[in-house]
Amino acid sequence: MSSAATVPQAPSFGRRLKRFMADRPIVPLVILLVALVVILQILRPGIVNERWIANTVKFAIPLAILAGCQTMTMLTGGIDLSVGTVATMSAFIMATQIVNQDPTVAFLLAMTPAVLIGLVNGIGVGVFRVHPLIMTLGTSLIGTGFLQVYQRTVIASGAKIPDFLNWLGTGVSFGFPNALLLFIPVAVFIVFTLNRTGFGRLLYAVGDNERATRLSGVRYWQVILALYILSSLLAGITGLLYIGLIKAPSLSLAEPLVLPSVAAAVIGGTSIFGGRGGYAGTIVGALILTVLTTLLTILQMPEGARRMLFGAIVLLVTAAYLRITEDR
Amino acid sequence: MGDRLPSLCHGRKTDAARPETGRTSEKPHALTTKPLLDATGVAKNYGAVAALRNASLSVLPGEVHALMGANGAGKSTLVKILTGAIRADAGRILIRGEARDVRSPAAARRAGLLPVYQEPALIPDLDVLSNLRLTGTPVEPFRAWVRELGIPDLDIREMARDIPLAVLRVLDLARALAVEPDVLLLDEMTAALPANLAEKVLEVVRRQGDSGRAVIFISHRFVEISALCDRATVLRDGQTVGVVDIEPGVEEKIVELMLGARIEKTKVATRAAGQAAAAPARPRLGVRNLRVGTKLNDVSFDLADGEVAGVIALEGQGQDELFAALAGSIRPSGGTIEVGGQPARFGHPLDAIRAGIAYVPGDRAEALAMQRSVRENIALPFSAALRHWGPIAMGRERATVLDAIKRLQIDTRAQGEVQRLSGGNQQKVTIARWIAADARTILCFDPTRGIDVGTKQEIYKLLRELAGQGKSVLFYTSELEEVQRVCDRVIVIFGGRVVDVFPVELADEPALMRAAYGLPRDAKEDVGILADPTQPSSPSPAGGTAP
Repeated sequence: MSSAATVPQAPSFGRRLKRFMADRPIVPLVILLVALVVILQILRPGIVNERWIANTVKFAIPLAILAGCQTMTMLTGGIDLSVGTVATMSAFIMATQIVNQDPTVAFLLAMTPAVLIGLVNGIGVGVFRVHPLIMTLGTSLIGTGFLQVYQRTVIASGAKIPDFLNWLGTGVSFGFPNALLLFIPVAVFIVFTLNRTGFGRLLYAVGDNERATRLSGVRYWQVILALYILSSLLAGITGLLYIGLIKAPSLSLAEPLVLPSVAAAVIGGTSIFGGRGGYAGTIVGALILTVLTTLLTILQMPEGARRMLFGAIVLLVTAAYLRITEDR
Repeated sequence: MGDRLPSLCHGRKTDAARPETGRTSEKPHALTTKPLLDATGVAKNYGAVAALRNASLSVLPGEVHALMGANGAGKSTLVKILTGAIRADAGRILIRGEARDVRSPAAARRAGLLPVYQEPALIPDLDVLSNLRLTGTPVEPFRAWVRELGIPDLDIREMARDIPLAVLRVLDLARALAVEPDVLLLDEMTAALPANLAEKVLEVVRRQGDSGRAVIFISHRFVEISALCDRATVLRDGQTVGVVDIEPGVEEKIVELMLGARIEKTKVATRAAGQAAAAPARPRLGVRNLRVGTKLNDVSFDLADGEVAGVIALEGQGQDELFAALAGSIRPSGGTIEVGGQPARFGHPLDAIRAGIAYVPGDRAEALAMQRSVRENIALPFSAALRHWGPIAMGRERATVLDAIKRLQIDTRAQGEVQRLSGGNQQKVTIARWIAADARTILCFDPTRGIDVGTKQEIYKLLRELAGQGKSVLFYTSELEEVQRVCDRVIVIFGGRVVDVFPVELADEPALMRAAYGLPRDAKEDVGILADPTQPSSPSPAGGTAP
């Protein structure tokens, strides 16, 4: 409001720069990403090569999809903490059912918990107005419990990773990770949904001012139900991809990705209070976190110190980013 | 701020925790001639808007003093300043002849000034006793007052949220009385009370006056004011325009003071020039015996195609509920709504929108997604229904939105985020949305509140244009002069009922003001038509507040 009306003289360079950054929030993120890669190259000359890039992208993709779930739910002022459990469940069920079942049946069985958890989350948040944090944490615990019970029943059958998922998760063709075949359509879908569909508009609007959307005729529960089901579905698919990458089904397979997925969305400029943000920033955020992890790994610090540093850097980057972009 | 308090014997150290009783007896009697509270030259600006210019209020010991004024006259601002909720830009407040800086509610309380607001002040999740302890209210005097006020069997262990609204208000009053303030400020104290409690309350208020303390009494009920008050201070446009003694027949004088010299009839021409009287048309919207909770009691009217019907009411007479029910935001508790002659039931705003009814709320923050663009805000209703969740036809949407923007002349220099627009432009966006959606009936709730004069004119013109195209507009306004500029007809609501319907030719400001206060159209002939039979001296029933 202020700048358009009350700036008779030319604004200073610093202000113009800030303004530029504020209008294109992706720019400072890309600069940060490049800076991290340069630091990495300086610390370990020669590390940044084609193989390293493919590897980084491979590991960034599952994180980026889960962060997509967070981006969409955060736009409405929510959060989806069940994505880790949903991904783990679909991966674990896939790996165990494929032993005896037809791949299609195994796939459908693997996606069933995703749909169910998404449905329950959506009803809880959209209809009964449970806080998304509590709701998704709750369904996440239920899912984990179920998985422990399930594990005992299939302990005899063993597990295997389907070849296709193996190929998709780890394979590289013509220098590009095969996972991009999944990720690019997913990313296009999310970006298109957010910017060019009625549903995407509603996600932003609901997060910005729920009452205004109601007065415009929007039924809140419909939006929220669809959102959490979509989020769970994406998480389930991510689980299948991730098991192809990690190749060791476990009961906490994707759990470590949950908080980084939130962090990636926040670093990427999506407001946790809703109404603001986008997926492009989130993707860069996921890349930043992945590169940061590599960087901290090659520093050969003890695990504890590495985690502390990781947390501190995430906080710093988020704070700095908000300072730059929230220039109003 | 409590350091220099020689005239108040309770001093700052005791203020909330243990106010001493029996302070009245120690009060020096010489002071009775001097005002207890004397505020002069009080001014307050909000940005460019002057809420108060030069208000004064002088309250003598032993008096019950009414504070009156039409909507926007500055009553609530003055009250907030006196009770320390906001700070004045200029002016002087003397309490017992001593200049006081009332910079917080606590400071006002120390100075002996205590308000009881319309909203219950007890914390809902604490029991009554905890609420008393929180504010340092002595329990025994509180209980005595509660009994005195007509509630013999209060359980002070009961949670505040389980207590009915009417009782809560009485408890607020008892809580204030228990600390024995010198000046008690009551804002629409009797508004939510049943008759028996209201009577007790008035009795106690009267006795406060007799005991040498003072009460500032805000009310729209002339019945109460004439029965209770000694004098009245009248505000208009942020200034004190008169202090009158309450005597029979003073109502007319007060109405005159509230309106000021703005009684010329220049405005009729403005509207008539733009629009010849609309041809009578079939009703688009029919409201039959509509009731909502306790606020809206029985409202019936028709709204025709091509008509702008004005709604005039003091604050809180049920107009909010009326508009919300017509917009599908709340369910009526009785009566019917007809659209195009067919009965309609609205369970959600979407139902009303499908019936062609659009609602422009008074508070823009309620209608806009502030961080989103002008375009997204205007196009918001398009995406609401499930079948429109798919890809957006961007080209067509753009054309529709641009069309609406052009029509309303919205300044789109800052269109990236609605929050960067001026208030007037924001309001235009909320209206543009429904023009783009081509709604047949538009409910505008005080659309010109707090926006600049130029934009106001544009909105008047727009509403007339819409009517010219055959759309129907229901237009609530808190500014009486707007009626002449925009409306074909005026519906006056008081106490949740339609009390009068004026053709625009007869709707001059004094007539509307009288009707809004529940006074009959011609006071000389119709005295008592709406009046309380127990109060034959004053022709007026119950009402709410207009700050």
